[in-house]
Amino acid sequence: MSRQSVEFSITAAERLNETLNAFLEIDREGALQRATQIEQSGNQGALAGVPIAIKDNLCVRGMQASCGSKILGDYHPPYNATVVERLLKAGAVVIGKTNCDEFAMGSSNENSAFGPVRNPWDTTRVSGGSSGGSAAAVAAGIVPVALGSDTGGSVRQPASLCGVLGIKPTYGRNSRYGLVAFASSLDQVGVFAREVEDVARVLGVIAGRDSHDSTTADVPVPDYTASLTGDLKGARLGFPRTLFGKGLDDEVKKSVEAVVDVYRDLGVEIVDIELPHAGYAIAVYYIIATAEASSNLARFDGVRYGFRAEETPELRQMYRRTREEGFGPEVKRRIMLGTYVLSAGYYDAYYRKAQQVRTLIKNDFLNAFRSCDAFITPTAPTPAFAIGEKVDDPLAMYLNDIYTVTANLAGVPGISVPCGLSSNRLPIGFQLLGPYWSESTLLKLAHAYEQVQPFKERPPISAF
Amino acid sequence: MPIKQLDIEKVAQLAHLELADEELKTFGPQIAEIVNYVEQLNALDTSSVEPAIGGLTAEGEKTDSSRADEIEGSLGQKVALEEAPDPASGHFRVPKVL
Repeated sequence: MSRQSVEFSITAAERLNETLNAFLEIDREGALQRATQIEQSGNQGALAGVPIAIKDNLCVRGMQASCGSKILGDYHPPYNATVVERLLKAGAVVIGKTNCDEFAMGSSNENSAFGPVRNPWDTTRVSGGSSGGSAAAVAAGIVPVALGSDTGGSVRQPASLCGVLGIKPTYGRNSRYGLVAFASSLDQVGVFAREVEDVARVLGVIAGRDSHDSTTADVPVPDYTASLTGDLKGARLGFPRTLFGKGLDDEVKKSVEAVVDVYRDLGVEIVDIELPHAGYAIAVYYIIATAEASSNLARFDGVRYGFRAEETPELRQMYRRTREEGFGPEVKRRIMLGTYVLSAGYYDAYYRKAQQVRTLIKNDFLNAFRSCDAFITPTAPTPAFAIGEKVDDPLAMYLNDIYTVTANLAGVPGISVPCGLSSNRLPIGFQLLGPYWSESTLLKLAHAYEQVQPFKERPPISAF
Repeated sequence: MPIKQLDIEKVAQLAHLELADEELKTFGPQIAEIVNYVEQLNALDTSSVEPAIGGLTAEGEKTDSSRADEIEGSLGQKVALEEAPDPASGHFRVPKVL
């Protein structure tokens, strides 16, 4: 059985990749071998024989980890990320590494050095980003589940644009060991799937304390599937009215407001909430994320691994040329911005200020959760936009993350859930955000919605 | 505050990036626009607000991240050098420093 489903996934990945560009590596031989091994060994793990796709910024031994960058184009890490190690232990079979924006920096996948991922619903449109390959692979039915990473919405936003579920857990829920660092205080590994139960199962496998990542918290991992009871009695859902205003596409607004009505009908109490500092989130995010990125990406210098520029007889010239030739424009832009905000004389004005406003945003969330168990927003302000539409305007691209970055700044969990199609048949998603460690609550709410409003539509480019 | 062309070059130097003239020309105004945008934070009085540096959750801060000082397995020299662009006699070789 497991060999059959793995074979199906690999064949679908190979067949659809020409159209979608969702995979940067497909490991037919390795995956089939492993599937056979699992079948023969009678592995009874929670994910025995389940084919899975992994974003190319997570380390899988024996496979590449390019991070969508030329600078790591031929890099093969010698170890597994902890989340990958746990998946393998549970019997999962990694079939391939998925395309992403270079070093997870982007909201459209157009920043990949290996070309954009195409949206299975309309191949002239973006998949979202940065985990666009994982989102598209799940949406097109190539794999039932995939891993991504979410620094400012990079799991939830592509999930929304491709019509699948995507969860970003609480900061410290999952190990970041073996996830190539972008912004360490914001990065978190997340899960894509088409059914809430699959999200719950995979999250349960990968979550928990890891001695290789000191920011993982010693908080017990509950049985997430046990929370999918459908019982929403007494639940309170926050509605931040001010976030449903300017800049929000009309169809998205109506669609997410209809979700609020569904929850009301399910007996959930809808409570108005305020997030007074939400409007500052993008500004705070692009200071903190770029500052951390400029330090994290200093390690790519052509010495220990990856690409090195040729004909550079002097060391510093070698560093500079390697980085100039190895990084793409968006990565350079962010390294520049991060270096600027951290440079002498500007640290207090930008970085410290941003960290102070981050405290205010976090406090907004803590206050909101005094009156509700979770709150709802759109995941993205519009459905998938056209490839090329925003590439020349970085700020317009950044504003696409307006609903998602706050969760990373505050460290709280969030999930994007599909809730229908626009008039031109593009998926729309809503987002639920909850207090720290409330993944069970989010999954319960998402599951209850799924029971009454299952998203059964399939994209035109699909393995089904 | 407007970022001068000079600043962009200085930042590129600090970031160890040898940017092409074309890149300096496009990045200059783009970064200036982003800096201009983030300066909206100055509208907020944060004089009495603690910066959110460090852990985000009480549970994360409580977690004991120390471990016993014991030797564990590691990659070893051979494997650690396998991905190096220019390994030589068990070392990472680099162009001359001076």
